[in-house]
Amino acid sequence: MLLETTRLAFSAILRNALRSFLTILGIIIGVAAVIAMVTVGQGSTAQVETDVSKLGSNLLMIRPGQASQGPGSAGGAYSASLTLKDVEAIEAEIPSVRAATPNSSQSMTAIFGNENHTTTVVGTDNRYLVARDWPVETGREFYDSELRAGAAACILGTTVVTELFGSSNPFGETIRIKQISCRVVGVLESKGASSFGSDEDDRILIPIRTFQRRIAGNQDVSMIYAAVRDGASTDKAKTEIERLMRERRRISPGEEDDFNVMDMKQISSMLTGITSVLTGMLSAVAAVSLLVGGIGIMNIMLVSVTERTREIGIRLAIGATESQVLFQFLVEAIVLSLIGGFLGIVFGLTLAFAGSRMLSVPFMPDAGIVALAFAFSAVVGIVFGYFPARRAARMDPIEALRHQ
Amino acid sequence: MSDVPETAGGAGRTASLIELRGITKVYGHGEAAVHALRGVDLSVGSGEFVAIMGPSGSGKSTAMNIMGCLDTPTVGSYHFSGYEVSRFDRDQRALLRRNYLGFVFQGYNLLARTSALDNVELPLIYQGMKASERHGLAMQALARVGLEGRETHDPSELSGGQQQRVAIARAIVGRPDVLLADEPTGNLDTERSREIMDLLTNLNKTENMTILMVTHEPDMAEYAHRIVTFVDGHVASDKRNTAMVA
Ligand SMILES: Nc1ncnc2c1ncn2[C@@H]1O[C@H](COP(=O)(O)OP(=O)(O)OP(=O)(O)O)[C@@H](O)[C@H]1O
Ligand SMILES: [Mg+2]
Repeated sequence: MLLETTRLAFSAILRNALRSFLTILGIIIGVAAVIAMVTVGQGSTAQVETDVSKLGSNLLMIRPGQASQGPGSAGGAYSASLTLKDVEAIEAEIPSVRAATPNSSQSMTAIFGNENHTTTVVGTDNRYLVARDWPVETGREFYDSELRAGAAACILGTTVVTELFGSSNPFGETIRIKQISCRVVGVLESKGASSFGSDEDDRILIPIRTFQRRIAGNQDVSMIYAAVRDGASTDKAKTEIERLMRERRRISPGEEDDFNVMDMKQISSMLTGITSVLTGMLSAVAAVSLLVGGIGIMNIMLVSVTERTREIGIRLAIGATESQVLFQFLVEAIVLSLIGGFLGIVFGLTLAFAGSRMLSVPFMPDAGIVALAFAFSAVVGIVFGYFPARRAARMDPIEALRHQ
Repeated sequence: MSDVPETAGGAGRTASLIELRGITKVYGHGEAAVHALRGVDLSVGSGEFVAIMGPSGSGKSTAMNIMGCLDTPTVGSYHFSGYEVSRFDRDQRALLRRNYLGFVFQGYNLLARTSALDNVELPLIYQGMKASERHGLAMQALARVGLEGRETHDPSELSGGQQQRVAIARAIVGRPDVLLADEPTGNLDTERSREIMDLLTNLNKTENMTILMVTHEPDMAEYAHRIVTFVDGHVASDKRNTAMVA
């Protein structure tokens, strides 16, 4: 009987091919949207986490301005800027700091011959290479004399080399950044993967004094990186830096800091916060598509109620029992939901895979979401396929046959 | 149901297979109530061929639906083979329809987008018959109503008369004890009508099938043993047919 009923259900599905297709379409759209959105969202979150860990978990960032202004703000007009003396003091007076380095940067266009390329120009010193664990691969670091004099020397990231020089040798060549003619002395090791969607290798390092004098036109340092020694506590180093900076900036007790020290954990949680908001928004969009898919299914099912009611009347009239009819319609609804759910999962995962590739984030399918989306659509399909059928199957056959 | 006794009171072949007593059917309530049947008494013996006539709206279809267990009376009792059908539950009535009754609707009621053959096989599916056996019987039934070569056609590809014949094939394929046909020749020309009447007469004679048939045409009623006339929800006359055709 089960076999026969399943066969009946299949022939009913094929007989009503258009209705079946539209029902399945609703399920496919709902399931696919949820799976694609959530999977891509989770992949992005995971990507941000690995990016942050790549930056180094023991790196501290010191910026002027109150912490509440966030790391994105320039520091505000009220707080005094940082100076090179601060950098020296941090490295000299705090033993758990392995290296401290200034970091002032600006987006600028570098020109060599006919080639030009817009990149990030960073004013810093050799300690940058230590703090960021980022050695020069070919060529050399800055000479002390170059650093002291603010000479026009530069170390290039590999992306800049490729963009300006192609495959030819950059050493000894002179590139132009704004008015500065800058001699290439070294090339950084390639970091490879991007961070927060930006290419780490797309940068030019120049001595901080050169940056201050010829680009910024002041003695400021916009940010200081401090790398904490392996094994030393990052939190402790952070507290020590805060105490030192309060002293140096003559902040009386009770007054708030006019600078902020952030570790990568904070940055990481802030960024994952942003991506989880994004994931949440994507999921909301997905939930709406699931709902729309569900409403589509309801519509199709309800529109066909008259026809289904008549069909049920006929089946009852020629001797089907209520339970035989109901079982057939239940099997029909389940089979449709399974086909739709399966196609939705395949389609959703394909979309998610393509999306992850496009955004270069890891492809991380989540079984829970797949199951949830599938269950929702299946329930909608079954409820709206089955309950009108149940109502009809409880009528007298003649009443069902007369249904308008 | 297989041990349903041949007769209720053991009174022989003419005792009632179908027995309606004081059947009333009211549609709607209060002001809008329509009395389709007002106390119908009717007995039909096993093996009888009864024609039901009467003006439009006199309650013929309503009575047929009740006798076919498709509908329930508002008041009154219906005995089938001695059993009080109004005390049957829904499943028992479904089994009665499945195993003992064949019904031809005034409006055919075939499944749309379903071939003639599949339509005719449907009752056999619910009887639990095997596919091969079913197929043979359905082909036979379609041949019997003159539809060889049309087995794969959908109702939408058949004429009204052809659809009517598919409906008849579906009703007789399970060899019911009683065939209830509501205007089975309503859409057929005289020649086709005569073929159908010959078929019904044949079923009645060779298989002892009890037949109740609604018709508006006196010519067709002439094939029956007995002519019952409905007027305004009553049985107005119930006569033996003296001028029987066959
Ligand atoms: N579902 C219903 N609701 C309300 N009234 C109904 C319903 N079905 C039938 N009637 C009424 O009951 C009466 C008898 O109807 P029925 O269909 O039995 O007539 P009939 O004798 O078969 O007529 P016809 O020869 O036209 O088929 C009619 O007045 C009809 O309007
Ligand atoms: Mg009628």
